[in-house]
Amino acid sequence: MSESESEFDAYLSLTDVTEDDHRWAFGTGFADPLAGVDVTLQAGVNPSDAAALAERCLALGDDALIYSHRLQQWVTRAPELEEETALANIALDLLGQARLLLTRAAQAEGRGRDEDQLAFFRDEREFRNVRLVEHADADFAELAARLLVFSAWRLALFERLTAVPATDPRPDPVLAAIAAKAVKELTYHRDYAAAWVIRLGDGTDYSHAKAQAALDALWPLVAELDLDADAAAYLDAVIAEATLTRPSAPPLAPVAGKTGRDGTHTEAMGYILAELQSVARANPDATW
Amino acid sequence: MVSARETAGSVPDPEFPALTIADLGILRDVREADGAVTVTITPTYSGCPAMAQIAADLRRRLERAGFRDVAIRTELSPPWTTDWITPDGRRKLAEAGIAPPGQPGARGGPVLVRLAVPCPRCGSPDTRELSRFSGTACKALYQCQACREPFEHVKEY
Repeated sequence: MSESESEFDAYLSLTDVTEDDHRWAFGTGFADPLAGVDVTLQAGVNPSDAAALAERCLALGDDALIYSHRLQQWVTRAPELEEETALANIALDLLGQARLLLTRAAQAEGRGRDEDQLAFFRDEREFRNVRLVEHADADFAELAARLLVFSAWRLALFERLTAVPATDPRPDPVLAAIAAKAVKELTYHRDYAAAWVIRLGDGTDYSHAKAQAALDALWPLVAELDLDADAAAYLDAVIAEATLTRPSAPPLAPVAGKTGRDGTHTEAMGYILAELQSVARANPDATW
Repeated sequence: MVSARETAGSVPDPEFPALTIADLGILRDVREADGAVTVTITPTYSGCPAMAQIAADLRRRLERAGFRDVAIRTELSPPWTTDWITPDGRRKLAEAGIAPPGQPGARGGPVLVRLAVPCPRCGSPDTRELSRFSGTACKALYQCQACREPFEHVKEY
């Protein structure tokens, strides 16, 4: 045994759990986030329903995964430490939602894949996230505006999933439970973003101009979200409170009729996936 | 022999070591049948990184207490709420300098409205929110205007 091996191994100590050692070990051991949850598909679910469920969970999971990654890129770049912790926490919430949703998508598709395979070993055209979450924020105003639009849209969407609509003949109880947890988180995210958009919009001339420019920049990507009336009314209320103007920019055109949900992405997407997937692809057999 | 419920309930929370998972309402159910123990826990937040640690702690403590057949289940529904933090848990939070959660804020307007969070050190209601998110997603960062003490507050959730 070499000298270095006989010494205390700092890395081993991160995963070598000792009695009540709560300072280091957590977060280093990943387990199935749905362990112990009854994940059997409801009786009578036919293959096309299961495929639709898998598609739905994949799309919502990809939105959270890619946007979480973009928010993580703000860490060490936020204007204040308090904002940095806020953004890191929001990113962590979305990463948790992504893990649950991708795990559920993998179960529903029934091809033996898991959350890691879906996150790290799919190519760009297999991702189903909306294009809004792909772009890096130009500045803090754009971050606040994008987070506002994203969380208002997602919150309204998840509230509907929780409500188990009468139009859905076979609602998935696991997806409904994931949505119910996410609703609480998204309420805080939306609240945080709204407070900043109002503060910037109704602030100085300079912050107002930045906030308006941010809204103008991302508005062409909003059409793809298909906002429901509640989310649209909420955004209008915040924009008015912030003394900003709702942009009337035309939507970003689909490519050959296809958008993010169809697997057609902007050029920003390849760069995100390169960063997100490179370690896993370089070491495909590594375990956590 | 200590019961499985007592053993499971004694596991400290990794984020709040002063509180047990029973105090926080994370421990939802403990069942014993024919020597087998099934423990049900619920995550506070979707991305809670402590779940694997809690499951490992539960297993180790129960096995040490003589339970050989231990299963840990996760339950997502109904979702965890700060309303499940016990009165004992709230007292322990305050003693640790963390303001416990109050009533959930009113919804409806563009921004949530909240009641004042009293300072856990001097009790003054004159406190200011520095950040809606703190060291963990479940806490906000505050400062007392009276005694100047910065403190964390477990958010209503």
